Amino acid sequence: MINYFKEIFAGLWTLLVGLKLTARYAVAPTVTCHYPYQTLPITPNFRGHTDLVIDPETASDKCIVCMMCENTCPSQCIEVIGEKPEGSKKKVLTAYRLDFTKCSLCGNCVEVCPTSALEYSGDYQLAGYSRHEFHFELLERLRGRVKAQGIVPRPKPAPPEGGAEAEAKPRKVRPKAEEAPAASLEPKGEEAPKAEAKPGE
Amino acid sequence: MIPKADPSQETLVLNMGPQHPATHGVLRIVLKLDGEYVLQAIPVIGYGHRMHEKMAEVRTYPGFYANVGRMDYAGALSFGHGHVLAVERLAGIEVPPRAEYIRVITTELNRIASHLLWFGACLLDLGAFTPILYSFDDREYCLDLLEHVTGARITFSYFRIGGVSRDLDDHFIEGTKEFIKRLRGRFDTYDKLVTGNIIFRKRNEDVGVISRDMALKYGATGPVIRGSGVPYDVRRAEPYSLYPEFDFEIPTRPEGDSMARYLVRMAEMEQSLRIVEQALARLPEGPVMAKVPKKLKVGPGDTVQAVEAARGQLDYYLVGDGTDKPYRLKIRPPSYSNLSLLQELAEGVLLSDLVAIGGSLDLVIPEIDR
Ligand code: SF4
Ligand code: SF4
Repeated sequence: MINYFKEIFAGLWTLLVGLKLTARYAVAPTVTCHYPYQTLPITPNFRGHTDLVIDPETASDKCIVCMMCENTCPSQCIEVIGEKPEGSKKKVLTAYRLDFTKCSLCGNCVEVCPTSALEYSGDYQLAGYSRHEFHFELLERLRGRVKAQGIVPRPKPAPPEGGAEAEAKPRKVRPKAEEAPAASLEPKGEEAPKAEAKPGE
Repeated sequence: MIPKADPSQETLVLNMGPQHPATHGVLRIVLKLDGEYVLQAIPVIGYGHRMHEKMAEVRTYPGFYANVGRMDYAGALSFGHGHVLAVERLAGIEVPPRAEYIRVITTELNRIASHLLWFGACLLDLGAFTPILYSFDDREYCLDLLEHVTGARITFSYFRIGGVSRDLDDHFIEGTKEFIKRLRGRFDTYDKLVTGNIIFRKRNEDVGVISRDMALKYGATGPVIRGSGVPYDVRRAEPYSLYPEFDFEIPTRPEGDSMARYLVRMAEMEQSLRIVEQALARLPEGPVMAKVPKKLKVGPGDTVQAVEAARGQLDYYLVGDGTDKPYRLKIRPPSYSNLSLLQELAEGVLLSDLVAIGGSLDLVIPEIDR
C-alpha cells in the first residue's frame, strides 16, 4: 500500500520536473526558422549539384572538354559534348548535361577537373513535378547566370608585344591540364568559399 | 518460418512494418500474438537492398566511396572511415597526421549526432515527443558544423583515400568548442527530462534483458554488448587510426536491459566529447591529403579493417586483385547481429515492450540490407 502511494508521488514529481523544464523553454526565445518566409544562411561550402564556373575573361565556361569528369563519375550522370570549330585546334563546350536524379554528390567531378571549371552550386531548394526537371543543362544555366549578373568579358591585360598573343589564351590553359593529374586529388580547401553562396533566394 | 494464422487457436499474426515508425526503416517484423503478448517475432529484411557490395566490384575505389555513407545514414562517417582505412592499408598509403586527426574529430561528432538521433527516436517509439525536439536542437548544431566542413548534412562523402577532401577552418574549430560546452550542459537537461522519469524507467527497466552469454553468442557489438557488461569496443580491442593516443573510457552496465543500453549510449556521448576535445587540442599543422596515384590500383591481396561505428563493430573485408576495382568487398555491419537477438528477446514480452526493445537496439536497416 505504501509503495502504491510512493509511486504515485514519484510519478507526480517527475512529471513536475519535466513540466518545469518545458515551462522554462516555453518562455525562452524561439529557435524555429519559419522556412518559406525566413531562411537560414547556408555555409559557402555547401555541396549542392555541380555548376560550371564563369570565367570572367570570356564570360563563358572554363571547360576544355577533356572528359575527365565524365569518365570519373561513378554514377555516369554527366554528358560532356564539345566540338571543334573550323580552324581551331581546341574543342569548345557545346553542352554539359547533368542528370541530377542519378548524381551521388560524391564531388569527384569537381575535384578531378584540371581547369577548375566546375563548382558546387548553393542551390538547395530543389523541388519539381517530374524527373526531367533535374536533367540540368549546365551550359545554359551558365549563360543565364552570365546574363542575370550582367557579366561582360573582361579583356586580358594587354601583353607587352601584343599581336600574336591573341591566340595565347588557349595555350595558357593547357599547361594546367598537364600538371593536373598529380595535383587534382589535392583538396580544394583554399578555394572553398565558392562564388556566391545563395542563402536561399 | 513465417507463422500462418491458425483459426483453431486464438492467436493473431500481425505485420509490424515494413513501413512502421517504430521499426526505424524498412524492417518488417512478423508477430504472432496472444492478446498483447508476443509469442514469436520474426524479422524479415531485404526491403532496402541496394547491392552495395556488388556495386563495389564495378566501381573504382574512390568512385565507390560515396556509397558507404548511404548504408548508415545516421553515422555515415564511421562507415567511410572503415572503407578508406581498408583501402589505404592494402594500397600502402600513408595518411598525413592532420588528416587522421580530422577524421577522428568528425567521426566522433558524427557518433554524437547518431546517438542524439537514437535518443530522440527511441523515446518517440515510447510515445514521448518532447525529447526529440531537444535532441534535434543539439543534433542540428552538430550537423551544421559537419555541413560546414563536409558540405553535406547526412551523406558526408568527406574522407578521401589518402586524407580528407577539405581542411578544417577556424569557424569549425571554434564552433566545435562551443558545441562541446553546450552539449555538456544539455546532458543535465536530458537527465532531468528522461533518465529520472518514472514512466521511462518503468518501460525500460528489466525489459529486453540480454545476458552476457546471449550477447556473446549472437555476436552483438556496440552499446548492446556493453549494456550487457562486456567492455568490448573496437577502438580499444583492435586499435586503429589515432585512438590509442586518446584517453577515454568504455562505459558498460551490468544489467543488460533496455535501460542499461540507454545509459551506455548517454555515457558514450560524453566520452566522444572527450575524444574530440583532446584531438582538437593536439591538432597538428600540415597537409590533409597524401599523394595518391590518379588511377589507384590496389593489391593483389586482402585485408580486414574493423572500426567502431555508432552501433557497434563494422568490418570491411577487402580483396584487391591489382586493378582499380576491388575483386570483392564484404561488409559486416553491426546492426545485423544486433537484430538477430530480437527473435529470442521478443518471446513472451508485451507488444509495447517489443517497441522499447527495438528502440534500445538502435537499428539502422539500410546497413543490414545494404
Ligand atoms: S573535367 Fe573539367 S575541363 Fe574536363 S570536361 Fe569536365 S568540366 Fe570540362
Ligand atoms: S558529384 Fe559525383 S555523381 Fe555527381 S556528377 Fe559529380 S562525379 Fe557524378
